[in-house]
Amino acid sequence: MIPGQENMSHESKHNQDQYPVKFRKEQLWLRANMIQAIRTFFIDHQYLEVETPSLIASPAPESHIDAIEAGNLYLQSSPELLMKRLVAAGYNKIFQICRCFRKDERGRQHLPEFTMLEWYRAGIDYKALMEECEDLLFTVVKALGKEQKIHYQGQTIDLEKPWKRISVRQAFDRYSSITPEKALMEDCFDQIMVTMIEPHLGSTKPTFLYDYPASLGSLARLKPDENDLAERFELYMAGIELANGFSELVDPEEQEERFKKDREERTRSGKVNYPMPKKFLLALKDMSDTAGIALGIDRLIMILGNREFIDDVVCFTPDELQENSRP
Amino acid sequence: MYNASDLRKGLKIQIDNEPYIITVFEFSKPGKGQALYRCKLKNMISGISINRTYRSVDTFKPVSLDERKMQYLYEQDNEYCLMDTENYEQIFMNHEQIGDAHNFMTDNIDVTILFFEERPIDLTLPNFVDLTVTKADPWVKGDSVSGDSKPVTLETGYTLRVPPFIEEGSKITIDTRTGEYVTRVKT
Repeated sequence: MIPGQENMSHESKHNQDQYPVKFRKEQLWLRANMIQAIRTFFIDHQYLEVETPSLIASPAPESHIDAIEAGNLYLQSSPELLMKRLVAAGYNKIFQICRCFRKDERGRQHLPEFTMLEWYRAGIDYKALMEECEDLLFTVVKALGKEQKIHYQGQTIDLEKPWKRISVRQAFDRYSSITPEKALMEDCFDQIMVTMIEPHLGSTKPTFLYDYPASLGSLARLKPDENDLAERFELYMAGIELANGFSELVDPEEQEERFKKDREERTRSGKVNYPMPKKFLLALKDMSDTAGIALGIDRLIMILGNREFIDDVVCFTPDELQENSRP
Repeated sequence: MYNASDLRKGLKIQIDNEPYIITVFEFSKPGKGQALYRCKLKNMISGISINRTYRSVDTFKPVSLDERKMQYLYEQDNEYCLMDTENYEQIFMNHEQIGDAHNFMTDNIDVTILFFEERPIDLTLPNFVDLTVTKADPWVKGDSVSGDSKPVTLETGYTLRVPPFIEEGSKITIDTRTGEYVTRVKT
């Protein structure tokens, strides 16, 4: 029996507004058991668990991700750069479960502080990583004693491998009336993604959306035969974006050029710039071909626990920390 | 000014100089893409709802609303004249702005007017008003056919059902929120 399952059912009928954390037992047990199952998977696959610092000097200069300042450092928006420095130093298979912090992100599926699973493996590319991602989630769901068919908010998602794969171009073709190039030019790529494409992804099977336009994969390697595309993918279940992975760009010069462009874009949209991650760029020289992926733990709990709001899967939401709010 | 990160359900913002309230709010951020703030907004004057998607660079003018105590003076050609009880300033509101309130408004009644940027947009009546019955069928003792209530017409032209003992010339209390009879006013 999975721990926690014996005492879950009888308490959930009360008014959930009065004391929300009382009614999250099922989700908090699921969280704990899931994290154990994830660790077991990686340990069984000879991965090293690492803990890189959360307080960092130079977050990646992503155009649309803002870090939270902490003194003269930043809370990590992702452990990506430090984990890749480890890979470059010869740690070929590493994983980490950590908190990430992103300014002003709050919604049904967003918290400004959330839990990320991130792993890197040298010697494979993004396609092999998709398969490992399938293996991981399949194994975790089984270890949790859950059925292969997941019921989420009225949808039934079958985890039987292989999962669906659809390229960004195919998705735009199928669900919108515009090409990805045109959408980028007219600055409506994200809007079309959110309103027209994402809702269809992963509704009967988990779905990998892959081969993003080159400009949308700042740290990803370009496809050798089609260099307007980045070897990047996202995993969707029930329309929810669960993971983002790619073949890592290991060319320090190209990476520096891209960082410069990202920084210029940040300046143009009035955002602050972080110090250039020079030590990371230096380390890239020693990095061989690698693929890496980040997966949102809270969202996976939402899906496996059939919860509509990310609020329901954490101990306390930022709103509940306010001293003038409910307990 | 508000930033996009201030947007939430219930927030009031201006769009094209009209006051709107956010009734549905959804934050989304695809992949490594930009944040999108999807809102359904209700125009606080017309009641018409619209959908808008905002981005993090957008800013919004807050809606400042004032309430003023006023007295209703008279109606002429569907225009209702009201006077500020403090500075005696007079304003006019039309039928549309007043809504159903005209059913319960008699001369000199005190009301609360909601202003948006010096424009009157809503009128709130006291919860209870006393009005005179101008037309009622007489009460026939023992008449069980008409049941427990009968229709009457008030001085404002509003008709409603009241208990059978209410007669022409009676004063009754009405709940303006429901438009229903509350009690007979003892004279």
